[in-house]
Amino acid sequence: MIHLPIVPVIIPLLAAPLCIIFRSKQLAWSIALAATWTSFCVSILLAIHVVAVGPLSYNIGGWPAPWGITYYIDTLNAFVLLIVSGMSAVVLPYARKSVEMEIDSSTQPYFYSLLLICITGLLGITVTGDAFNMYVFLELSSLSSYALIGMGPRRRALTAAYQYLIMGTIGATFILIGIGLLYSLTGTLNIQDMAVQLRANDILGSGNRTLITAFAFLTVGLSLKLALFPLHLWLPNAYSYAPSVVTIFLAATATKVAIYMLLRFCFGVIGNGTIFQMTLGKIILIPALAAILVASIVAIFQYDIKRMLAYSSVAQIGYMILGISFATTTGLTAGILHMFNHALMKGLLFMVMGAVSYRVGSVYINDFRGLGRKMPWTMAAFVIGGLSLMGVPMTAGFISKWYLIKAALENGWWDVTILILLGSLLAVVYIWRVVETAYFNPSHENEEDIGEAPLSLLIPMWTLVIANIYFGIDTSIPLNLAQQAATLLMEGI
Amino acid sequence: MTWVGHYNYWGAIFLMMSGFYVVISRGNLIKKLIGLNIFSTSVFLLYISMGKIKGATAPILTEAARLSPTPQLYSNPLPHVLILTAIVVGVATTAVGLALTVRINERYGTIEEDEIRAKDDSL
Amino acid sequence: MATETLIQLCILLPACGALFIAASAKFPNLREAVTMGSATGLFCLVAALFMRPEALNLAPIVLAEPLPGLQLQLCLEPLGLLFAGIASLLWLITSVYTIGYMRGNKENNQTRLYICFALALASTMGIALSGNLITLFLFYEMLTLSTYPLVTHNQDHDAVSGGRYYLGILISTSVGLLLPAIIWTWHLTGTTTFTAGGILAGNIDPSLVVLLLLLYAFGIGKAALMPIHRWLPEAMVAPTPVSALLHAVAVVKAGVFCMVKIILYIFGPQLLITTGSNSILIGLASFTIISASIIALRQDNLKRRLAYSTISQLSYITLAVAILTPHSITAAVVHITAHAFGKITLFFAAGAIYTAAHKTKVSELNGIGQRMPWTMSAFAIASLSMIGLPPAAGFISKWYLLQGALSINSGPIIAVLLLSTLLNTGYFIPIVYAAFFKKEDAPIAHPHGEAPWTMVLALTTTALLTLILFFWPQIPLELAAQLPGVGR
Repeated sequence: MIHLPIVPVIIPLLAAPLCIIFRSKQLAWSIALAATWTSFCVSILLAIHVVAVGPLSYNIGGWPAPWGITYYIDTLNAFVLLIVSGMSAVVLPYARKSVEMEIDSSTQPYFYSLLLICITGLLGITVTGDAFNMYVFLELSSLSSYALIGMGPRRRALTAAYQYLIMGTIGATFILIGIGLLYSLTGTLNIQDMAVQLRANDILGSGNRTLITAFAFLTVGLSLKLALFPLHLWLPNAYSYAPSVVTIFLAATATKVAIYMLLRFCFGVIGNGTIFQMTLGKIILIPALAAILVASIVAIFQYDIKRMLAYSSVAQIGYMILGISFATTTGLTAGILHMFNHALMKGLLFMVMGAVSYRVGSVYINDFRGLGRKMPWTMAAFVIGGLSLMGVPMTAGFISKWYLIKAALENGWWDVTILILLGSLLAVVYIWRVVETAYFNPSHENEEDIGEAPLSLLIPMWTLVIANIYFGIDTSIPLNLAQQAATLLMEGI
Repeated sequence: MTWVGHYNYWGAIFLMMSGFYVVISRGNLIKKLIGLNIFSTSVFLLYISMGKIKGATAPILTEAARLSPTPQLYSNPLPHVLILTAIVVGVATTAVGLALTVRINERYGTIEEDEIRAKDDSL
Repeated sequence: MATETLIQLCILLPACGALFIAASAKFPNLREAVTMGSATGLFCLVAALFMRPEALNLAPIVLAEPLPGLQLQLCLEPLGLLFAGIASLLWLITSVYTIGYMRGNKENNQTRLYICFALALASTMGIALSGNLITLFLFYEMLTLSTYPLVTHNQDHDAVSGGRYYLGILISTSVGLLLPAIIWTWHLTGTTTFTAGGILAGNIDPSLVVLLLLLYAFGIGKAALMPIHRWLPEAMVAPTPVSALLHAVAVVKAGVFCMVKIILYIFGPQLLITTGSNSILIGLASFTIISASIIALRQDNLKRRLAYSTISQLSYITLAVAILTPHSITAAVVHITAHAFGKITLFFAAGAIYTAAHKTKVSELNGIGQRMPWTMSAFAIASLSMIGLPPAAGFISKWYLLQGALSINSGPIIAVLLLSTLLNTGYFIPIVYAAFFKKEDAPIAHPHGEAPWTMVLALTTTALLTLILFFWPQIPLELAAQLPGVGR
């Protein structure tokens, strides 16, 4: 029990080389499956423990807090940990058939190994309480995701991965600079200790230039990583050309973890109540709103549906950042809740894309003609995922939108409320295009028979469908966690 | 003239901007990676400058220093350690980038960005 | 059975019906038996609710509480009971008619049509029984989505573009105007529960009442107030039974139902009268009544003429409730019923003419009364109801409406009513006259008789109902008397 915080990170890390050693794709998949499910179970235990008892900290190698690397888990970490490990646990059963179809059987063990390393990195970012350690884990996950994206079936996957590598590295370097400046200011890398030092030395209120520069670098770097408009350019390519499984996984987790980092630094380190934080909120409000509108409009004009969903992701990230930019407890709750809900719905929608490309071969809008009849379960899942994306009541998407609007109204921002609703309308348009094609356009005449997707794709897909509906009706679990996390952040750790 | 005294920071900024410029302006994928390397190297310099204390020596605890009556000044070793890690990360990034470039060259027959784009558009 | 269970079953039964229809897709006879079975079952359920007066005094049933304070709740009140009664009765009749129509015209995708019919009815029941605005909104959107496949049933270019209009206008008004209005209400009062006498009084700045009222009035696109009426004529690309369902049962009635409910249970008559904001609604409704009637005069396509007539008739209901006197609210309630029976008869007749004679234009109907006497007689009765002449049900609602207008001594409203009655006469009576008294055009393309018997049965039944409602209007009158603003 005492070593629990490190278990979710260490297990995929240990499993990754095993996948390569055994060189069998079946075995590699089984190892990855076992590893992700173990970390998921441990994450659940951790979350229960954190909610019941309070924050957990764990000193690696027994070195005490400000000097050694500390893993620190409070409600926010536990929540993000649940999202990441839960989504990877759902994706892995889906992966076997889809990966078999899209990736050479000789490289499959490497694929699983890279996926595990990526999971390690993301989980590591989440649990660690050390700023530099966070950077290392960030690079770990990024490097493996560049390679994973490059494994996509089309050659454009390579250029997309390269583009992401360049942008991602610039972002990570910015983050490194930011962390360095914070270190030079506080003399510590422990995030909690940073907050304590900043407060003790009264650096916060004085408008310290190093502090402002540090946060400028951190915000820009993280915005690149989380694909905040207009720094999102890598995302549509990366998502549309990556293998289906990688898209599902990255869309559901990677950007969320970057948002988590933003929360940790902007709220955890600085704490609530400073003017500085309010200005930062105002600054990121504009790109967030622009993301919601521009990316949604661009999504309407996409023919490649995977790309359309990628743009929709950019818009949805806008919603999360919007919630954070309010810098109120309700706003943060909305943002954090939307991280969870968006993982559910985008994971689901990209799973549908994976199933369609498994059967049809590509996911252009024309390929969807008549699929409502040929793949009824898959398309029904798409409809439910789409409804959740629009924010229809009784789906998960509604809850986070509701909180977002509530937060906007608490601030008295009517214009923002209208824009949020407008974004929903745009989502209706782009989702409806696909639904209309799938259900109301006759299929191509001379086309060989396309059947329903195999069960191993359908079961994870429908797990997420049920989750989307369940968490739209009974919201107590994510809502409590998000509210607790938001309160913690507003109090400044 | 305090700003002249901070020449190592100026060096870092110069390196960073030139690296950044190379990344943006060059179409050759290898040159872009080189630019990226320069860019991250500048950060190493920044970190190491932070650890340096004027008149301080390397933090090695010798018997003589322990016995001397005046306390010895040491440079902060932590940034160096961090930068060792960062260098490793940088090398790994370069390796992945070069591997991708090799693959791109295999599939496209070129590593010039505009030619790659032309080939993609012609499809 | 407990009354609560009955109320929940009203929504569940058609939804489950849809599932069974989907399951029996391969056996048309079984599928239609299932449709008829669920329609009958639903009618019996609602009838059972009518038999239990205590059902109106039940505490709200909470289905789910996704967020603290935000409940999905069902609650039966007089207007909802009446609406549920009309919808379930007319679904039963429409099902009989649809089976004849679909088989007579050998339509494709029949299963999808029946499924969506059942889903639309489930949503309509949800609207009728919803206990607060959130639940209402949810079912309102479900209704839009479930009727979209019906509108685009033919899947050709016209159908798809009509469907886009339909969906585009209804979704954008509901998300863009109705939802903000609901959120605003919730923000002001902390509740969205329908409460007799309204929840807004004392919580809202009086000068903003008009704005909120307009948000609601235009947000409920289904009530087709001008200029948000275009979706209705566009939706005429649908097969006739669908049009009948949309116009008489589900969609537009849901629209005016929401309007009445929001005015009586959210704003409360008192608030609107003291702030005088109902006059703007009166103006809008009057404008819609007159201009839609004028447009209707110029339509040659029979279904489009009926569509514009619907727009104008819907505004009668809005006008009636906006006048906010006991008589006029009663008029609104009676007119929901009277217009439902009348308009469904007219659409049934139009569909019967199309099935038997393949005619869609008013100008082609000369002398058709001799060939289809039952259909055209029903059409004539329903026209009387639309105009508001005895012995048809429309007379009663118009009578109450006039009394309401007189009681507030409003000359303009009375003028509007008189003018619109003239216009109604102008676009309905020529059809009836031509059908019975003009000679048939010389070369007859297809000699034909009546439409299939199921269709004739359905349309004579609804025409009879129109007459019955004139002689025995007790049920809607009694329910109306229990509404806030009428009874006390």
